Amino acid sequence: MNSISAQSNPETSGKKEVSKPEGRRRKDSKLLQTLLVPVLAVLTGFIIGAIVIALSNDAVIAAYQNFFHAPGTALAATVNAIATAYGALFKGSIGSFPDIYHGIQSYYATGDSKAFLLAIYPFTESLATVTPYILAGLAVAVGFKCGLFNIGAEGQFGIGALCSAFVGYSFHGLPWFIHLPLALLAGAAGGAIWGAIPGLLKGLTGAHEVVNTIMMNYISFRLSDWLLNGPMKASGYRPLTPVVDNSAMLPRFFPDPLRFNWGFILALAMAVFVYWFLFKTTLGFEIRAVGANPDGARYSGMNIVKNFVIAMSLSGGLAGLAGATQVLGIDHWVGQGFSAGYGFDSIAIALLGQSHPLGVVLAALLWGTLRSGATSMQSLAGVPIEIISLIQGLVIVFVAAPAVIRWIYHIRAIRTETTVLTRGWGK
Amino acid sequence: MPPVLELRGITKSFPGVLANDSIDLSVEKGKILALLGENGAGKTTLMNILYGLYKPDKGQIFINGEEIAIRDPSDAIARGIGMVHQHFMLIPVMTATENVMLGVEPIRNGIFLDKAKVAKRILEISKQYDLEVDPQAYIGDLPVGAQQRVEIIKVLYRQADILILDEPTAVLTPQEVEGLFKVLRSLVANGKSVIFITHKLKEVLSIADDITVLRGGKVVGTVKAKDASQEKLASMMVGREVNLVVKKKPATPGEVVLNVKDLFVRDERKNQTVNGASFEVHAGEILGVAGVQGNGQTELVYALTGLAPVVSGEIRIMGKQVRRSSPRNILERGVAHIPEDRQRHGLILPFPVHDNLVLCTYYQPPFAKGVALQQQVIIETAGKLVDQFDVRTPNVFVPVSTLSGGNQQKVIVAREFSRPIKLLIASQPTRGLDVGSIEYIHGRIIEKRDEGTAVLLVSPELDEIIALSDRIAVMYKGQIVEIVPAAKVSKAYLGLLMAGVKPSEAIEAAPIPSGENEVERVF
Repeated sequence: MNSISAQSNPETSGKKEVSKPEGRRRKDSKLLQTLLVPVLAVLTGFIIGAIVIALSNDAVIAAYQNFFHAPGTALAATVNAIATAYGALFKGSIGSFPDIYHGIQSYYATGDSKAFLLAIYPFTESLATVTPYILAGLAVAVGFKCGLFNIGAEGQFGIGALCSAFVGYSFHGLPWFIHLPLALLAGAAGGAIWGAIPGLLKGLTGAHEVVNTIMMNYISFRLSDWLLNGPMKASGYRPLTPVVDNSAMLPRFFPDPLRFNWGFILALAMAVFVYWFLFKTTLGFEIRAVGANPDGARYSGMNIVKNFVIAMSLSGGLAGLAGATQVLGIDHWVGQGFSAGYGFDSIAIALLGQSHPLGVVLAALLWGTLRSGATSMQSLAGVPIEIISLIQGLVIVFVAAPAVIRWIYHIRAIRTETTVLTRGWGK
Repeated sequence: MPPVLELRGITKSFPGVLANDSIDLSVEKGKILALLGENGAGKTTLMNILYGLYKPDKGQIFINGEEIAIRDPSDAIARGIGMVHQHFMLIPVMTATENVMLGVEPIRNGIFLDKAKVAKRILEISKQYDLEVDPQAYIGDLPVGAQQRVEIIKVLYRQADILILDEPTAVLTPQEVEGLFKVLRSLVANGKSVIFITHKLKEVLSIADDITVLRGGKVVGTVKAKDASQEKLASMMVGREVNLVVKKKPATPGEVVLNVKDLFVRDERKNQTVNGASFEVHAGEILGVAGVQGNGQTELVYALTGLAPVVSGEIRIMGKQVRRSSPRNILERGVAHIPEDRQRHGLILPFPVHDNLVLCTYYQPPFAKGVALQQQVIIETAGKLVDQFDVRTPNVFVPVSTLSGGNQQKVIVAREFSRPIKLLIASQPTRGLDVGSIEYIHGRIIEKRDEGTAVLLVSPELDEIIALSDRIAVMYKGQIVEIVPAAKVSKAYLGLLMAGVKPSEAIEAAPIPSGENEVERVF
């Protein structure tokens, strides 16, 4: 009984003093362990990408035919090809620091911000691209936490975009602080409903969410085709919705053509919200418990069906919000083929981010930055845009098969809890 | 002649734990060595080293006097070491023959599998060692005891001379245990050597030649089975005197807490497994439900706790009908449940210890304010419970999966007993636990009874039922066939009832002894 009384007074309890820092150390090493594989996966992806870039460069190939006479030339050509490609990628996604410096200088000297805005264009454009990736990545991550594989982010994204566009262009004369939240909310609600349906089906009948979210994707694609060619079509020939009212647009930080807008801040806020929800609330506790062990969750009195529906609604809602920010912040209207695969890429982002909100934000930053730099890599360095898809694909393979990374870098596997991403058929 | 197997100074550490600390051990040809120790004593680690699954930090392994290195299981197999794991490594949709030949498939005419040859060899092995197995039977259709025989044949088929059996009796019925022992005796009679890992004292004494006791990763000592006693082994294992007899005051039963009437329940495959069970449990008494596993006990408990739907009948807790209530509703009425399968139902394994300690109360104050979890309160409460219930864990932040079975069970007991409860439903509360943990959990259950909690104890271990219960209900084919006071009952009489003999006939065959039952706890 001694230990009980000691426990209530932490100052005098030796055991507690020992146990606390140890807990923290464990948490630190766990964090390191969690970060290690994704970081090495990205690194390895870039290294292999570099090899492919070198091999697909004519100058490099030509130089190697002469390798034994002039090995220096061949190596120089190799380094040059890789540096040019990745340099262009960096310039296209982050920008050039001297340009930014000169831009600031000329702004102070002449009061003309043109050069500055031009210099920060690549970086802000990357952040604008990152926004939907963060939100849709969070969507898939929330599903994973509940043991559900939401492949339907693509459809939920599209439905969210349509709903917010509808609210955006059909109400007029509302003040922005009503119109904008209403449009965002409509997007989130549309996605949430689209996600909740497979969640409910899974909970009630055991129908697998993978199949049902895929089916919901098809329904949403065809539904949007019909809407864009019919009820929601603006006057004109092309299948587009009308442009949303100014009062529904997410404000941009800089004048055109810089599209960086408040959607990015909203996405970061949602990441914080999702973290709080999952790890600091009773609802999140239940969702994680159901994801880790549905039988145990049921034993302890949790309602499985309710949690499936909540998780899928939140997941769908986040994907819908991603669509909404894309419409209200970037495009201002919805056209056919609107999503460009955000929903599917978000699965990769959730995997790379290990289903943790912070991880998702980092993964989305990487993903969006690569995507937005890819175009200039093609135009400046003549490296095909597909190299980026290749690197992204490799990163995902390595994240999904951490054993490969451990083998390459001789990292010993430390027993960590395995996250259940999805379960089999049935309840 | 050198021993067939000798280990010298085997040391293995994992981050934070010294699992094996310079262990010496030797096995003689044609003998059975029992490796005895509590959960977490390092038995399984040691055997995994021997089987090449772990690499030791230090130490040597000798086979027939020759030092060898075992890098992986194929090395071990080549050296004649075979392992029968606690959880069988069999594929249920394949036949016994197919399972045995997996990995060493013989080929006929270049491309065809030669199943007939394997089946013939299985029959030979089966005849030589009294291992009854139908080579054509599908594993999924075989009872657990027969599956274990297939595992043993698998090892013998690979020409093992040293067989390691990891907790082989944990999953067997008493009759199957007897069958296994017969097989082991015939194995050693044919010159094989056996290492038998267990924590059950009674078994060790009846089957082993030598007994090596491990505690905390070290060898405490090696004794001859014929010189050992249960008390001596238990105190070697636990490191102190162990109370092998459950001491309890006579019960003082109060009001009816649980009233079950004509209960019908179906299992997951829609078979009716509870067929009109009726009984009552009073405050301050322990009602033990005895019965051979699979007579509806599992479904009875599921129905009582809201985990399985009731077909018909009544379940009243403190007079309130709970037949259609949700698990949470039933928990909130003051019902605690120690589930049969602690890893499936009782715990969220990847979650930290502190979260598992509030698994049923996380949404109530003081653990939550609105929807916000009060992490600090949860961690502090967990710290107190861990101390109070003697859960051995480095801290409350580690995943509960890293704890030993006994400590996992203590986490469940701590959680369930720290709520205000009126009814405790304990389903096989000591399954797979070591002596120390069993003693502890039995003590806690009796303590709860003395506080006035009604206890329903379900267990296939008759010894446990007799030791703890005040009244014993025998369940057979989904019905409660008889309820008798525990103090005046013979094991033989209960055994007959469990086998389906009518109470009137059973009483003639095995009359109830006149004196009080002095019950010894034997595991």
